[in-house]
Amino acid sequence: MNNLKVLINGIVKENPTFVLLLGMCPTLGTTSSALNGMSMGLATMAVLIVSNFIISSIKSLIPDMVRIPAFIVVIASLVTILQMFIKAYAPEIDKSLGLFIPLIVVNCIILGRAEAFAAKNNPFSSILDGIGMGLGFTIALTLLGAVREILGTGSVFGFTCFSENYGALVFVLAPGAFIALGYLIAIINKVRGN
Amino acid sequence: MKKLKSSLVNMVIVLTVITLCAGAALAFANDMTRGPIEAINKKNLEDGIRKVLGDDKVAIPEPRTLEDGTVIYETEKGAAVQAQDPQNASFGGDLTILVGFNKQGDIMGYTILKTNETPGLGAKAGDWFQAGQKGDIIGKNPGQKPLSVTKDGGEVDAITASTITSRSFLRAVNAAAAACTDSEALTDALSAATCQDDAHKKCND
Repeated sequence: MNNLKVLINGIVKENPTFVLLLGMCPTLGTTSSALNGMSMGLATMAVLIVSNFIISSIKSLIPDMVRIPAFIVVIASLVTILQMFIKAYAPEIDKSLGLFIPLIVVNCIILGRAEAFAAKNNPFSSILDGIGMGLGFTIALTLLGAVREILGTGSVFGFTCFSENYGALVFVLAPGAFIALGYLIAIINKVRGN
Repeated sequence: MKKLKSSLVNMVIVLTVITLCAGAALAFANDMTRGPIEAINKKNLEDGIRKVLGDDKVAIPEPRTLEDGTVIYETEKGAAVQAQDPQNASFGGDLTILVGFNKQGDIMGYTILKTNETPGLGAKAGDWFQAGQKGDIIGKNPGQKPLSVTKDGGEVDAITASTITSRSFLRAVNAAAAACTDSEALTDALSAATCQDDAHKKCND
């Protein structure tokens, strides 16, 4: 695969949320608003790029039988470091995402890409794969967050489309996440099919 | 480069080295961010105290910490009390709030210092109970009558779909008020207030 293909792959053809259906927990949990979804996507992307790079660089030093614990230690350390930096330099994001940042550790996209891509490819392609998959995830979460926020509260990114009184609260709550995600996947499959 | 064999020695060495490196990286990051995080926490607290007392310039006094971890800041404007839900039964746990009381024990303002509530739901507590919002608690006096949500027979509207958070929040407010009633500044102030009311009785004596 050439580099451009690796990059595009994660955004469209193998979009982690809409096509691979990976990482559903943060997808459903953090997309109550577009901004939350986007922040979560970017935080995950940052971890994914660095973890892909590190794992691909040290892959030949890790014996096969302990590769999963080794990957998890790398990923968990990166997430903890990211959390410290977010706390120190972006307290607003820390406030709105709170609990979900440490949960990036168990996001299957990250371990999945480490196992499926970074452990088999060179560091440069792995970084591109991290960027592509990360962007795909960020776009998906932002889109889902925007749909839920508009339908639920009538505004998105601080712009008000209609009064909150006409919003359907269900879209901000958990069931709305499933409903919105289902329709988005259906629409995207339709578009991709054509 | 050829992959290392999965022999016991290799596995132990590799995992040890990886965890050591991870530990070192974490220690380094912790060292770098400790200063800014402490500064932010301190600033948040000071801003919070000024906000809940409605005075931008009030001097921040030395805090008084009670046994249960409640912290009281007594100022000339009233008392700012940092409290937690005594049952620690909020949705995400660790809900810590700061409530400002005037000298009569009425709520002047509040802010959330620490929360793990769900974004978009319980996390709304920061705005929901402010003046003019649906669950307005400003001006109420939980020292006289503890606050509770309408579902439990109280008069405060709970956050839509977040009754657990709302209950926990109000318990923390009540705990703050309870801690405040034995606060020195407040009792002094209260007796002073009574004196003013009964000016004829020469209670300065």
